This record gives sequence, structure tokens and C-alpha cells, in this order.
Amino acid sequence: MSIKIDHISKRFGGFQALDDVCLEVPTGSLLALLGPSGSGKTTLLRIIAGLETADSGKILYDEIDVTNKPPRQRNVGFVFQSYALFRHMSVYENVAFGLKVRRSPRAEIRPRVMDLLKMVRLDGLEKRMPGQLSGGQRQRVALARALAVNPKMLLLDEPFGALDAKVRVELRQWIRKLHDEIHITTVFVTHDQEEAFEVADQVVVMNKGKIEQAGAPQAVFDAPATPFVMDFLGNVNVFQGRVEGGKIVLGGMQLAYSGSHVDGTQATGYIRPHELDIDHVASARSSLKARVTQVNAAGSVAKIRVVAEEFGLALNIDISPDRYAELQLKRGDEVYVSPKNIRVFSPDDYVI
Amino acid sequence: MPPDARPKSTGGGSHVASRLAQQDPAFVRWLLILACVAVMGLLVVLPVVAVFAEAFREGFATYWANITEPDTIHSIGLTLFVAPIVVVVNVIFGLAAAWAISRFQFRGRTILTTMIDLPFAVSAVVVGLAFMLLFGQQGLLGPWLKSLGIEVAFNVTAIILVTTFVTLPFVARELIPVMEAIGSDEEVAAVSLGANGWQIFWRITLPNIKWGLLYGVILCNARAMGEYGAAAVVSGRIEGKTQTMPLRIEYLEQSFNSPAAFAVASLLTLLAIGTLVLKVWVERLTRQEIQEAARAADTGGAH
Amino acid sequence: MASLANRRVLPGFRMSVSFTLMYLAVLIVVPLFAVLLRASSMTTADFVRAVWTPQARAAYALTFGASLIAAVIDVGLGLLLAWVLVRYDFPGKRILDSLIDLPFALPTAVAGLVYSSLYAPKGWMGQFLVPLGIHAAYSRLAVVVVLVFIGLPFVVRALEPVLESLDPELEEAAACLGASRWTTVWCVVIPHLYPAILTGFALTLARGIGEYGSVVFVSGNKPFQTEIAPYLIVQKLEAFQYKEATAIATVLLAASFALLIVINFLERQRARHAT
Repeated sequence: MSIKIDHISKRFGGFQALDDVCLEVPTGSLLALLGPSGSGKTTLLRIIAGLETADSGKILYDEIDVTNKPPRQRNVGFVFQSYALFRHMSVYENVAFGLKVRRSPRAEIRPRVMDLLKMVRLDGLEKRMPGQLSGGQRQRVALARALAVNPKMLLLDEPFGALDAKVRVELRQWIRKLHDEIHITTVFVTHDQEEAFEVADQVVVMNKGKIEQAGAPQAVFDAPATPFVMDFLGNVNVFQGRVEGGKIVLGGMQLAYSGSHVDGTQATGYIRPHELDIDHVASARSSLKARVTQVNAAGSVAKIRVVAEEFGLALNIDISPDRYAELQLKRGDEVYVSPKNIRVFSPDDYVI
Repeated sequence: MPPDARPKSTGGGSHVASRLAQQDPAFVRWLLILACVAVMGLLVVLPVVAVFAEAFREGFATYWANITEPDTIHSIGLTLFVAPIVVVVNVIFGLAAAWAISRFQFRGRTILTTMIDLPFAVSAVVVGLAFMLLFGQQGLLGPWLKSLGIEVAFNVTAIILVTTFVTLPFVARELIPVMEAIGSDEEVAAVSLGANGWQIFWRITLPNIKWGLLYGVILCNARAMGEYGAAAVVSGRIEGKTQTMPLRIEYLEQSFNSPAAFAVASLLTLLAIGTLVLKVWVERLTRQEIQEAARAADTGGAH
Repeated sequence: MASLANRRVLPGFRMSVSFTLMYLAVLIVVPLFAVLLRASSMTTADFVRAVWTPQARAAYALTFGASLIAAVIDVGLGLLLAWVLVRYDFPGKRILDSLIDLPFALPTAVAGLVYSSLYAPKGWMGQFLVPLGIHAAYSRLAVVVVLVFIGLPFVVRALEPVLESLDPELEEAAACLGASRWTTVWCVVIPHLYPAILTGFALTLARGIGEYGSVVFVSGNKPFQTEIAPYLIVQKLEAFQYKEATAIATVLLAASFALLIVINFLERQRARHAT
């Protein structure tokens, strides 16, 4: 089932949680609402489920207006951040709850519940109480319970938030696999960009109650539409400069970039750490003289921190361990830094 | 059983369910509110109103005469004499017990906590009996004490003893959770700065627990002034000698002097109302202090 | 939380513990020990004869029966009051909330006095109820009514914090799964309150069994009919029958201990559940 979010706004007292949000979630997609806390992503999810009413705007399921329908008539599977398992019911009773309250025939409940428990790999644990399960298992019970009533869509609020790092990675790979099997329209909320990019096939970046950018993960990552997205998607080096002759000028350095601004515009340049190259000698490309202040080679990339004393600019640079071994960098070395890629935003680009 | 010791109200108003899925239909809401008002009206408000109505039934002059009757004056005096002693003794005990239980780990700590709860569960009459078995004429200690010229049974001393027993948990039970919640960090810091025990108590602990302590004192006092069952057994109910206010009420009721009984009852009802008002006031102060502390922590964290 | 290391760091360990122990020993252990000592000086046959008279049996039945009924009623009223006070906002809520504690603060003798006069045949309530055949003074019903009053705060105050901290997502989950509001409350919310309900129930029960002051005023104290066990003890004492009084007191004491253990167990369960 497709979801259409049509000019939704929501205000909590003096706080604008959602500001005229429009979004379409196509049937069968797996979409991530990504943003910092307070960006309105959870409120949007709750409005989709009917747990919150919007001040204005409409929600349509398959082009049918459901804005005024209560949650229990919407047939939505919702997995809560706290899982909200019923503590006094066994795993079996939790999963069967939705079927029982919808008065499914008794004979159908048991096989359906057992099937679901098998699917979420909890077969054999049906008699356990929620208190006897691990975090990951509880999460899967919550998922099975939400799926039991054959919902038309699945909504998940920070589904991996409460789990420890290892279980989190396992579970999100598993959710991706599950979605490939059952193809139910799924929306989940997260503040972790890595999670969003790994699991979703559509990413919607939100900030201050508005959608900053929506698109496929690769597209969003490669071409961030706004400085916020650029900033939010990970470590980034920021330059303040001026546009001259199609290039951004930063002190004595001129850098070419794709895009065009009028000469003389104040602009901000963004370069990701892995988009900077480092060498002992100045390269043919324009490069910046800097001094190494910190080296951290533990991990899959070597993280180098340098300072371009001329401009008082500190930069983070990621290089491969091979390259690191080749360069033999240590603190205090004089190096030359050259960007492989740069994105430039001027204030005019995103101020309406 | 902590809820017994601290029937703490939540202050109300702050926690009203705002989520859509938690809301009940308006007619259900009003029906239930109405039911509550009816229950409280019938069970609580009506009796309180009735106490004053009965007390003033024969006019203010009679009321005044009933209250100023010498034996009644004596019973008021006795109650006002017994309650402060009991409160002071139980405050000292409460502070010591809370310090021991919340600041140290030792074997038998749980048993100690359970023992403090015991007076909640034991019937006041059984308490009275127990003290009679100790101090009565046939009691374990009674004859020996009498040979020393000390009479406990049918005496004010016995009333003080049983009242102390019955109200023993209130201060301690109020302080233990407060002190556990505050933790001992500040006191340990004070020790490391060279403070001695009394300095720590007066400068660190007491300012931190003052509202909890006051709350315990209020409850302890209300129960001490109202104690009836145990006092009835050990006092001998001697008019003008060992008759506390609750015992005076019983005596007047049995001598068919209902307006006088209600006159004394009206004083104790005022005490109960005063207790509730004080309780609300202390809770408000505590809440304010918590909010101020939170605000201070917020602004402190911003730097 | 206090840690083992604190024993050495903070002063006053020995003083506070020894004072607490001494105080409890003198005030609680010695008197209760005196009761058990006196009881154990009786032969088993004597003890049984004192404890199991028809009059005593009637008194136990009333004490335990009335306390049980009152506790059940208080659970119902407590649920209603806690629900309304936690979930709804309405004018006068603050006052209603503070009135809940009145039965706790009001001396029991006053409660007994005023309840007996309210429901007596000429009282404010009695003048309407007695013609209908409802005798809520000097009857067994009177005992139940006054115990309902006495126990009112316990269930409410046990329920309020639990209801307040109840995860709102539970109700939302039930709604998303298609449950009606009614089903959600009965099948999801109330079961989550069971431990608190049980604690409140046990507290009310314990209070009811031990209650004396209010009941003697309203019951009429007619042997075999409206006489409660604590009243029987007082009667035996006034007749200087210390052995009989002690024996009956031992039965009440045993019931109190049992309830105290149950309540402590419930509290510990709840503390463990909360973490």
C-alpha cells in the first residue's frame, strides 16, 4: 500500500514539530526518516499511524483519505521504541493479541502465530515471558506482533535504538532481508545515518519539521542538497570562501567545483575527510600546506588531523592504511593537502 | 510496606494523559469524575461536615462550654503533652535508623527494615496487651517496678510507650527513601574535606532531608494525637488523669453526651485537616526545590 | 546507593546501628516477646480452648470477613480514584487528591463516632437508609463501611505512581493492533497494575484486621454478631482473663506477621520488576 503525506503541519505549544510536509511512500518500499532529535521524524511516523492528529493536512493510504480514522481502524503494524510488549502475556499471547481482539477464528490463530514466530526465529520460545528475553528477542516479538494482523504497512520508531552495537548490526541486516521476502511498505525512524543507508531503499532527511532531501541512499550521499544534509551525513571539513571565476577561493588556494555561482558570492565549501589527499610534496593540483597534529591509525582507515597554519584551518583527513604505510606520517610533519572533490553552497542556495 | 507510611499524593495536574490512544470518550470521562466526586463526597466530605454540624448542634455557647469543661481541657492538655514527646523520640529514632539503613551495608539490614514496618501490621489492641503483659500487675516487670515505686500501667508513661510503638515507622519510613535517593556523595565529600560527624549531619544531611523529615513529623504527630486502641487498653481511661482526646470522645459518647463528644471530635478533625494542608504545602515546597535544582543543573550544564 | 566502602568513610555506623537495634528491641521485640512468652506458658489444650470458642470464631469470621470485603471494595474505589486523578484534568482535582489522605489523618475514634451517628436511624443517611432495610450502623454492614473508609488511601496511593509511570506506548500498541479502548483498559492496562493492586489490597486488609478504634464505635459489639476479634481481647482484659486475651492476640499477631511477609515480598517483587 502506498502512503501519501499531504501538507501536514503539527505544532506542540510553541514548538513547530512539522511544517507543511509532503511525501509519498510508494507501495513496497522501505523508507527511512532520518534526522536529529526534534526534527519531527517520530511525530510524522505517529501521524501516519493515527497516534497523533495533524493540525492541518491529510494522510492518504492508497489515495483514500484516512486523516480522521483512529489507529485501530487503520490496520497499521507499529513497532515502538520501547517495544511496548505486554509484560503479563507470554510471547505467544503477545503475538496472538491482535488476532484475538479482531476475533479471528480460533483455529487460525495458532498456526499463524507459530508461523510468525518461526519467521522471526523465535520458535520454541512461545511460552517465555517478555522479561525472560534479550533485547534483540523482544524487538523480534514486537515485530511479529505487529505483523500478525496482516497490516498494510509497517512503521518502526527507532527500531534499533535500544540495542547494543553488535545486535543492532545483525538485526538491521535481518530486517532488510525480511523486507525483501515480504515486501510490505515499511517506514522507519532513525537518527543514525549509517543505519538508514544500510537498510532503506529511500532516505528522507528531516530537520526542524521540514524535509531537507529525499531520495535513494546513494543519491543523497553523493549529492547532498543542502548544507544541513552534508553536515548531518557525517564528518565534514568546512571552508568559508568566495566565488571567483567559477572557482571557490580560499586564501591563496583556488578550487574548481561543479556548479556555478555569481562571482563575488560568499560561499561555504564542504569536503569529506576521504575526499582529501595528502602528500609530502606539493602536487600539480592546487594544494594547501599544513602540519600534521594528530595521527590515529587504529581502524579500517587512518585518521589524520592537520592544521593549515596560514589560514588557521583544522582539517580531518581519512586515508587508506596502505597509503598511510607508504607516507610514514607522524606528528609535526609538513604535508600538502589537495581536495579530490568539493561541494559549494552559498546562502542563496537554500534560503527561500 | 512503604505505601502505608507515605501515602504521598502526586500533586496532580502535571501528568494528565495527552496521547490520543490514552484518551477516553468525553462522556466516560465525566461519568467517572462524577463517580469519584460522589464517592469522596459520601465517604469523606459528608462525615467531616457532620462532625462540625453535630458539634455545633446546640449552638456555639454549648460548644464552648463542652470544650472548656475541666476534664476535656485536661484531655486536650494530655494529648498535647504526649504527642510532642512521642514525635521527638521517634524523630531521633528515625534519623538514626535512616542513617544506618541508607548509608551502610550490614548483615540484618533487611530484617531491620521489616521490623520498622511491624507496627503497621500489628493491631493497636495487641500492642496494648503486650505492654500490659510487661507492666501490668501480673506482668513480667510490673511487680518489680512497683517495688521500686514506679507505676507504668494505667499511667501516662504507658500511653507514651504504646503511642511511640504505634507511630514508630512514620519518620524512619519517610526518611529512608529520601536519603537513599539523595545518596551519600555529598557526605563522603564532606568527610574528605575533614568534617566531623555532627558537622556533616547539621550542614549536609539535615538541609537535604528537611522536607522529608517535616513530612514524617506531620504524619507521626497526626497519628500520635489520634491513637486510640492501644491507649484504651493501657491507660485505664481514668477521667482527668489518663484520658487522651480520643478516649475522652469515647467516654462522652458512652455517657450519652453526644454534643460534647462531637465537640472534642471537631478539634481532632481540625487537626486532620491541618495535617492535610501542611502536607500539600510541604509537597509544593519539595516540588519547587526539585524544579529549582533541575533548572540550576540545566544552566550549569550549558557552560 | 550506599556501598560497602562507606562503612569506613562515613562516621556513625556503630552509633546509628546500635541505637536503632536497642530502640527496636526495647519497644518492639520485648513487648511482643512477652505476648509469645505468655502464650507459650499455656498448654496446647488450654490455648485451643481459649482461641476456638464459638464467640471467638464468630469474632474472627467478622474481623477477617469484613476486612476482606472492605479491601475488595477499596480495590474497586481505588482503581476508579487513581484512574481519574492520574488521567483526567478537572476543576477541583487538587482538593479531591488531598482529601484522599483524610482517612489516614483523621483519628479513628472520630471516624467511628461520626459514621455511627450518620447511619443511625435518625442520622443524616440513616433516616433514608433504615426505612429501606439498610442498617449501616450497629451492624456487620457498619463494620464493612467504616473499614472501607479507613482503607481508602492505601489502594489509591499504591496505584497512582504505577499508573503514572505506565508506558503510554502500551496503550498505543494495543490500539494499533485493533483493540477497542475497553479491551485495552481491561486486557492491557489493568493487568499491568496487578502487582500494585495486590499490594494495596494487602495493606488495606492488614489495616482492617488490626483496626479497632473506628469499629467499636459503629459495630455495637454484640457477641456472636458484631463483635470483632480485637474487641474480644479488650473484653477479656477488662475481665482480667489475660490468658484468653493473649491467646486470641497470638492469632491476630500471626495473621499480621503473615500479611507483613506477603507485603514485603510483593514490594520486593515490584522493585525488581521496576529495574
